[in-house]
Amino acid sequence: MFGLSPADWQAIEVTLKLCLYTTAILLLVATPLAWWLAGKTSPLRVAVQAVVALPLVLPPTVLGFYLLLALGPRGFIGNSLDGIGLTHLAFSFEGILVASVLYSMPFAVQPLLESFNNLGRRPVEVASALGAGPVDRFFTVILPLCRGGYVIAATLTFAHTLGEFGAILMLGGSIPGETKVLSVLIYDYAQSMNYAAAHRLSLILLAFSFLVLFTVYGFSRRFQVVRV
Amino acid sequence: MKHINRLAGRVLALLLGLFLLPQVKAEDFTIAAASDLRYALDEIVAAYVAEHPVHQPTVIYGSSGQFHTQISNGAPYDLYFSADIVYPQMLHKSGLTASEPAVYALGRIVLWSAGRDASTLRLSDLLNGGISRIAIAQPDHAPYGQRAREALQATGIWTGVQAKLVFGENIAHAAQMAESGAADIGILALSLALFPNMTTQGYHLIDADLHNPLAQAYVITRYGEGKPAVLDFADYLEGDKAHTIMQRYGFVMPE
Repeated sequence: MFGLSPADWQAIEVTLKLCLYTTAILLLVATPLAWWLAGKTSPLRVAVQAVVALPLVLPPTVLGFYLLLALGPRGFIGNSLDGIGLTHLAFSFEGILVASVLYSMPFAVQPLLESFNNLGRRPVEVASALGAGPVDRFFTVILPLCRGGYVIAATLTFAHTLGEFGAILMLGGSIPGETKVLSVLIYDYAQSMNYAAAHRLSLILLAFSFLVLFTVYGFSRRFQVVRV
Repeated sequence: MKHINRLAGRVLALLLGLFLLPQVKAEDFTIAAASDLRYALDEIVAAYVAEHPVHQPTVIYGSSGQFHTQISNGAPYDLYFSADIVYPQMLHKSGLTASEPAVYALGRIVLWSAGRDASTLRLSDLLNGGISRIAIAQPDHAPYGQRAREALQATGIWTGVQAKLVFGENIAHAAQMAESGAADIGILALSLALFPNMTTQGYHLIDADLHNPLAQAYVITRYGEGKPAVLDFADYLEGDKAHTIMQRYGFVMPE
């Protein structure tokens, strides 16, 4: 299909896996974080919000370089993992997953934060007064009312991870089937002057990204109308 | 009023002259160089500038293949140093050069490790269980990666080490992977292993018979055509001083 080689399919598989895992992890992590950030303004909240947004301005290679140092065998985290009998995370799928989660964090937190801010604390307080537990409050009040925020957070995270390049290049070591994602494969094709293959994959990536963003903006328009 | 106008005119002319004068005299030029040259060429450029303070070269390091693409698409580099003569030859065929590609040195590859004494290791030791990650440059487009693959194939262990390989985009990136310890060992350029930061560790020089020669070549691009400073620098490269620096970084002089 599309004249793709086995190496192309392998990269597509790694990329999709990375995008799905990153999105799932980030929705879990970003929900409590964004909820906390939506609380009363305090210096700590502002500081955390700034840290979360750092990947927006930092060059991805900087993030990748520091992650390589931290997650490698001589780094603080990599060394501890080695110490408890696990392996360090440099040049592994788990490693680029950690990088992606950090790198795409603002794209998950920001829409949720906005959504929680719009919601306010009132509906949750009312639900609580009526006897709803925390889990109940989340699934019956927050999630339905903020579903627009969740759709946008999920799609933006997915799409942003799709286009990730610099950090994965530094930390991943482009191992086929493990850390060689689409963006790295396209780069390699372009470098080895295999422009036909580079064009083919780029076109697929372009079409897919457009579709994702088209969906997001379609949703965001629809939900703006019903927002409470 | 007229008088003041004339005075202002003269002052302006003088200022303009002061501003333009140094630029008319100096000839700045840009060099695109393969990243295995990083340390050697920095030294050569420093020595050159000390002797010719007028000309100010700027060096940009990167991958040979990338520069080839950039120059093909009109990048403003006057000189191009490639880790493999193939790329300058392609530019030459496309009529984008102002000189014949000239071999300035032969590169060598080595085994190097941050965590163990590589001088006691041989290529066949890469199969050992203790080594789990081997950094090489991307063999599909980086000349040093191609030679690493050839040497591993010639030793008959290319298939055996497949699962351990990690790929840097160019040889400097592979060196950084090994230097940080994230990869247990790297197949790197000798010129990088001889940089002071890296000489704390020994290296094993890989037999040159195991791979095609790494003929490093440079060309003057069409962009750099007719610039005396560029020709002057090219001459300097052929001189003893430049050769001594190159040899110190493990480059073998042609002939």
